[in-house]
Amino acid sequence: MSQAALPLKQRGWGQTMRRDAWWVQPLAVFLGLAAFLVYANFRVFEGAHYYSGHSERNAATNYLTPFYSPLLFDVPGVRPSGHAWWSEKPALLAWLPGWVSPAALILIFPAGFRFTCYYYRGAYYKAFWADPPSCAVGEPRKGYRGENSLPLILQNVHRYFLLFAVLFLFILSYDVWHALWFKDGAGGYRFGVGLGTLILATNVVLLTGYTFGCHSMRHLMGGGRDCVTKAPLGHGFYECVSCLNRRHMLWAWLSLFSVAFSDVYVRMLAAGVWADWRIF
Amino acid sequence: MATATFQVWRGDEAGGSLREYKAEVGEGMVVLDVIHQIQATQAPDMAVRWNCKAGKCGSCSAEINGRPRLMCMTRLSTLDLTQPVTVEPMQAFPKVKDLVTDVSWNFRVKRQIKPFRPRTPDAPDGTWRIDQKDVERVQEFRKCIECFLCQDVCHVLREHHKHDQFIGPRFLVYAAALEMHPLDTENRVEELRKAHGVGFCNITKCCTAVCPEEIKITDNAIIPLKERVVDEYYDPIKMFFRFLGGRK
Repeated sequence: MSQAALPLKQRGWGQTMRRDAWWVQPLAVFLGLAAFLVYANFRVFEGAHYYSGHSERNAATNYLTPFYSPLLFDVPGVRPSGHAWWSEKPALLAWLPGWVSPAALILIFPAGFRFTCYYYRGAYYKAFWADPPSCAVGEPRKGYRGENSLPLILQNVHRYFLLFAVLFLFILSYDVWHALWFKDGAGGYRFGVGLGTLILATNVVLLTGYTFGCHSMRHLMGGGRDCVTKAPLGHGFYECVSCLNRRHMLWAWLSLFSVAFSDVYVRMLAAGVWADWRIF
Repeated sequence: MATATFQVWRGDEAGGSLREYKAEVGEGMVVLDVIHQIQATQAPDMAVRWNCKAGKCGSCSAEINGRPRLMCMTRLSTLDLTQPVTVEPMQAFPKVKDLVTDVSWNFRVKRQIKPFRPRTPDAPDGTWRIDQKDVERVQEFRKCIECFLCQDVCHVLREHHKHDQFIGPRFLVYAAALEMHPLDTENRVEELRKAHGVGFCNITKCCTAVCPEEIKITDNAIIPLKERVVDEYYDPIKMFFRFLGGRK
């Protein structure tokens, strides 16, 4: 490859001639992602308040928080939720210490999907690693390997996490179906809609917008071909994915917020802090 | 007319500094107008490259208040004229004189990208048939005016000077325009991974942010190329099926 006639000087960390508040965006991303990480870790290791029906105040509701969905098994010592795949911790997982909640076993998939997402990568390289801190702003390190070698070359696994993300959409949609059925007190269920139902449904819509607007999805749905009219599910589907992809950052943040908000809402119901608003 | 202060970088490859000039500014003026005014009235030896003054030739690239921009497309009304406005040459390329940089590296890089190789014509008269929808995608890339602002802002070139390992956003767009063309039969994926260094891009989208033609460089060119590299080199399932199919 041709080399430019150097020397070119590297600027120091944070050195720039920019006059605008270039640090606002990376700082906002840092605070937003850090807040989510702290809260998600707290919830994963809390191992409680994941099912709204556990509270006597909201006993009729049937909401499972997305942080614990799919619920592999109910946390030992907690009343069965009716959502667990296994009624108790399977023998295969018996060796796991008690502080490893069922959420810790499944969240690796959505977390991996977001961690390797093209949008988030660009955002956290700036916000957490200052590589660069912002456009046309000096960096703290001289060396740079990018995603050309280990460890960041592993980001290429993104398309596999995408497959799990799609699977999770089905699971979360099934949870919304469950959220439409309220216990009638006589051992049966009645169809209804509560505020929690709407929150969980909105969460699935936003997650769908984020997942189907993914760059890897766009590639798999025709972007990888030279003739997009020969896309596997048709040109219309490719266009639809491309349309979502144009607002991928927006979908990423809205869905991240909705996951956290859905969890806060269900957690508060499960802890009996507030009562669900039953619409009908 | 009001007066504003401009700090223009003066110097050459050996070094230089910002020099302050006062200029008369009025409605509708752009930064290039001010540079021409300074050149005409105060600094006749000031070097500046320009041509069309309409944002189409890509000649007057510079850094205005630290942001890579075309001087002819930067209206003074978008700048804070109560503060001195800085005008510097692009940082990713060697300086020649004042605001002029040596961008010849870009043209040497361009020659190394495999050229367009169309398939056999579809009709006996030597013409092809292409669906408009198929060719629309690469038409976006043809808007590029080669101002090299994307190359300038890319931290891989600007900060880390990987000019010998990474071709930069402009030429990833150029490679994408060829690689995604419905008629092209050439395969550039191996070069993109190795010699062209697409893996060095860490998708911070600075190139997209500065593009005067508003080409979605990262989303529509670089990431799709990265995905094609993944197809060939980092997707074990695809590799397995290629192996079963007898392809490498």
